[in-house]
Amino acid sequence: MFGKDVNESKCASIESKLIVYLDGRAQPAERHAVEQHLSICAACRSRAEEFRVLWGALDDLPSISPSPSFDAALRARIAAEPERRSFWQLMPSPRLAFAVTALVVMSVWLSSSPRVKVSPTQTSELNRFAQQASVDSDFGMIRDLPVLENFDVISKFDALSELNVAPAPPSDEGVRETR
Amino acid sequence: MARTDVQLMLDVKAGDEASFELLLRKYRTPLVNFLYRMVRDTAVAEDLAQEVFLRVYRAREDYAPSAKFTTWMFRIATNLALNSVRDNRHRRMEISMDESADPGEEDARPLEVADRTPSVEQELLSRSRAEMILRAIHSLPEKQRAAVLLHKYQELDYDEIARVLECSESALKSLLFRAYETLRVELAPLVSPTVRVERVPAQRSQQPV
Repeated sequence: MFGKDVNESKCASIESKLIVYLDGRAQPAERHAVEQHLSICAACRSRAEEFRVLWGALDDLPSISPSPSFDAALRARIAAEPERRSFWQLMPSPRLAFAVTALVVMSVWLSSSPRVKVSPTQTSELNRFAQQASVDSDFGMIRDLPVLENFDVISKFDALSELNVAPAPPSDEGVRETR
Repeated sequence: MARTDVQLMLDVKAGDEASFELLLRKYRTPLVNFLYRMVRDTAVAEDLAQEVFLRVYRAREDYAPSAKFTTWMFRIATNLALNSVRDNRHRRMEISMDESADPGEEDARPLEVADRTPSVEQELLSRSRAEMILRAIHSLPEKQRAAVLLHKYQELDYDEIARVLECSESALKSLLFRAYETLRVELAPLVSPTVRVERVPAQRSQQPV
């Protein structure tokens, strides 16, 4: 009886391996375990053989073919599908979509930028620096202009005396000319 | 070199309709057969097969190949089939015959199937075998039925079938063992050479070829 129980438990442990074994896809250790058990267990050997015959019988189930209208019916169903619209297609125009996106990005960026507090002393220092930088920038811009190679001419405005320019009419308001 | 199913599907994603046609041509017959063997109604099987392709097409823009294409496709098909069976919306009058799964019933109706045998007797035998097999498969619980169909007729790998049925490989192998054990008993006349095959009375055919 003990031997029978041991054999039955061995049969149960082989069950899950039997299909894979008959499929020819068992790992070497699995194949060895099944073959060893089949060599001593007539019941499992008979079952394995009947499984083989069963699989052959199942092959007798014939295939059916899809109806001639299958493809056409599928295409009709696909054609009836609503067109998928992306976010960009929901916008009336690309420019508006871009503008909306830019606004969103900017507001997110601005709200996440850290705010720095500046003292009044620092503010005046910054302003002075900015002015100087502006002057330097202006001077730098005109430094290399070819016309200033002859700065003396420009400073005396001699070139203007050669121009034939009609005198301006007297101004009623008496606007003061400034250089 | 022929493109893989995954590559074809990625091409569909890129807008290539011809690749979808290739997938359709390759899988419509296997899908229709799988679904027919699950639900035993050709009209329903075709409707469900079209639904599978429709869902594949719908999902094309978001497609990301995380598994084999067949795994994904048959998972959709299996879920649709299981829902259909469980909803019980598409069962025909022969349901009572399916549930009893007794090959000896007198009102059993043979399946009209494509048959190449020359003689009438052989044709009848062939039809009766096919009907017995189909009835036996349909007598299985849905998950066992799907497992057998995917294993025997679609020849999917074990890990694929486990993914389709959302179970472990060891659970799947137990499932398959129980299913084949049931079929071995149900189809004893076909399996055991000592049992005579009984001819099923010819009735009006239900399913077109």
